[in-house]
Amino acid sequence: MEALFCGLVGLFFSVAIYLMLSRHSVRMLLGVAILGNAVNLLLFTSGRLTREVPPIISAGMDALPSGAANPLPQALILTAIVISFSFFSFLLVLTYRAYQALGTDNTDDMRLAEPKDEPMPPLGY
Amino acid sequence: MNTLIFRTVAPFLTALMMMFSIFVLLRGHNEPGGGFIGGLIAVSALAIYGIAYGVTAVRRAIWFHPLSIAGFGLALSAISGLLSMLAGVPFMTGLWIYPELFGVQVPLATVMSFDIGVYFVVLGSITSIALTLEERDDD
Amino acid sequence: MAAPTPVDLSAALVLTAPLPGDWLLILPPVTMILFGAVLMMLRNRIQWHGGIGVAGLALLVLETGLLLARVAAGGPLTMTMGRWLPPFGIAFTADVLGALMAFVASVAALAAGIFALVDIDSGARRYGFFPFLMLLMAGVTGAFLTGDIFNLYVWFEVLLISSFGLLVLGSEREQIDGGLKYAILNLVGTTLFLITVGYLYGVFGTLNMADIALKVRTIENAPLMTLSALFLMAFAMKAAAFPVNFWLPASYHTPRITVSAIFGGLLTKVGVYALLRVVVMLFPLQREELSTVIAVVAILTMVIAALGMLAQDDLRRMAGFAVILGIGNVLAGIATGTTAGISGAVLYALHSMLTMTALYLIIGRAALLSGGEWRLSGLGGLYAAAPGFAFLSLILFLAVSGLPPASGLWPKVSLVKAALDVGAWWLAGAILVSGFLSTIALARVFLLAYWRPAPERVPGKSTLGRRDQWRVNLPVAVLVLVSLGFGLLPEQPMSLTQSAASSLLEPSAYIRSVFPQKVTP
Repeated sequence: MEALFCGLVGLFFSVAIYLMLSRHSVRMLLGVAILGNAVNLLLFTSGRLTREVPPIISAGMDALPSGAANPLPQALILTAIVISFSFFSFLLVLTYRAYQALGTDNTDDMRLAEPKDEPMPPLGY
Repeated sequence: MNTLIFRTVAPFLTALMMMFSIFVLLRGHNEPGGGFIGGLIAVSALAIYGIAYGVTAVRRAIWFHPLSIAGFGLALSAISGLLSMLAGVPFMTGLWIYPELFGVQVPLATVMSFDIGVYFVVLGSITSIALTLEERDDD
Repeated sequence: MAAPTPVDLSAALVLTAPLPGDWLLILPPVTMILFGAVLMMLRNRIQWHGGIGVAGLALLVLETGLLLARVAAGGPLTMTMGRWLPPFGIAFTADVLGALMAFVASVAALAAGIFALVDIDSGARRYGFFPFLMLLMAGVTGAFLTGDIFNLYVWFEVLLISSFGLLVLGSEREQIDGGLKYAILNLVGTTLFLITVGYLYGVFGTLNMADIALKVRTIENAPLMTLSALFLMAFAMKAAAFPVNFWLPASYHTPRITVSAIFGGLLTKVGVYALLRVVVMLFPLQREELSTVIAVVAILTMVIAALGMLAQDDLRRMAGFAVILGIGNVLAGIATGTTAGISGAVLYALHSMLTMTALYLIIGRAALLSGGEWRLSGLGGLYAAAPGFAFLSLILFLAVSGLPPASGLWPKVSLVKAALDVGAWWLAGAILVSGFLSTIALARVFLLAYWRPAPERVPGKSTLGRRDQWRVNLPVAVLVLVSLGFGLLPEQPMSLTQSAASSLLEPSAYIRSVFPQKVTP
């Protein structure tokens, strides 16, 4: 089961990297979103996969039932999902604003902050 | 999207989802659920209202600015953590009280006020982003 | 529901009450979060933001100062959240390194906050400058004080998202252009960090740094080299080391100058701190193997940064390369791996926090004097306009280039000495050559912007009122004087960085503070 998940994680990573190598900011954004999901799956797999016994201590017991899922990766993933979700929504707004303000989504043409033909500093008085 | 059917149903749907979000928030006390998911449901409720009646109506309906709501939630969560300073236990330790309300014992905890804070943070910040995106569609 | 039947939890909980002084550990980030939350609620009272914000930062300086005093006297401090015993509860652990970085960072932030009272107008305040600054400082101090590696990631994200907010403050076209590159590249960097944390958890089954430091000595057949190389890559990206530094000069000159000052002073240093804490403390053997790679990266970073400083006409972009130059120097110290080298690296990071903030603030002050001019070719006559300010600038330029009398000299001396001690004369040479090139660049700034007569337009008396004069001059003066103090009386800071370095290389006190019951070798 873990091997299968590893393959899936690898697939997700390659898709994400392929998209992020693109020149267009929207595709890069999609790549970032998939990268976040790839990482979540990786965290999930690294906590070992077990049968689906929820890690909840029922009334009258002192410890988890045996074979319960590892709760820590799930907590980590929840945090990571929250963070990547908020980042994604922020980046979405930013990319849209960049498209509006700069009139392009091609990162090669976004040279406003670093103009191509900047003058050299003066060499003397 | 602005059909008559949708505009008629939207207020009821919003109210129902709001109530459900509070149910999920309180259920998170001891069972799956909690502040984050409750907050997201509440945001969806407001988003539906916004699609039906426009962003201005939502802003009027929630009265406070969304980011002020998020700030309130953040402060509530931080204070719930700090209360354990008065009890002489480490930060974020859950503190419980069991007051009697109308003959029913109600367990209250800083865990819960923390979760309510999370609810407001999610509600405020995601509503703020959603309203920004919806507003842009209007112009 | 009735009150639950008591379960004996003594095996899982910390039962001793924390001492009142232990709260200093958790207070810096919590105070900042509280102030940020209150400022967010007061979004209609922006006239209060400045006062509340500066008061919050002053409180932060006080708290981190007390924490530093306590840690320096009594050794590392630990508090676990929610009483759960480490490694299960999230631990906050401060040793001298973390407390020192947090203290100097809050001093720099306070100076920038006072400068912001003039620089940040009410429009940008309405966008939420002060709340974002508070949350950024919560992220920075939290990252310095946490003892849990996933928690470190969370604080990274806290400071990252508030830095996004600060970067696009005002939404000008240049800012959006720079901000997009900054946001995507930094997000990829932190995601790389998260990937590595996932692998780390898969290998060790724990996320507590002290626990990892214990287990790394006994574990066998673990892909530790992969982990440390990935961590190196992720943190080098955050710290803007050479092959992954291009986001910094693309974005740091676009926001308000106060925001640039805070970013240049603090953000890259958080990456440096993470590098010290994780690669040096947790993976000492792997760092040893990687030391050649780190040294080459350090040299390339320094050379590229020094050449970049020489090639820029815009002073803000020149300062961006000065920030990268400091990172190169710190990496050189990490590459040597000796106590002296690490101590020099820590000292350089502290010096860089103060001087980079001051450098950006000085550029902003110069622009205020000359009517918003950032380009070297357009500036001039600053010495005639404000001799006292020119004197402060000269001291700061000397500090940045690593010349006496200010704070730049001692870290450079210890780094060069440490490099020579391990036989890496080429590393020492690169430090000196890049320092020489940066001296040329900064001397040119002084020559052209200060001594050259004002070009066509006379930089008239600045239009600031008396109070605003104070508010821009005081933070610059304080930062420069602190730097000068470091330079003239180096014993106290150097002994602190010495103990920080030795606790990184021999973390038994750190581990004992988290696991008092386990006897460490």
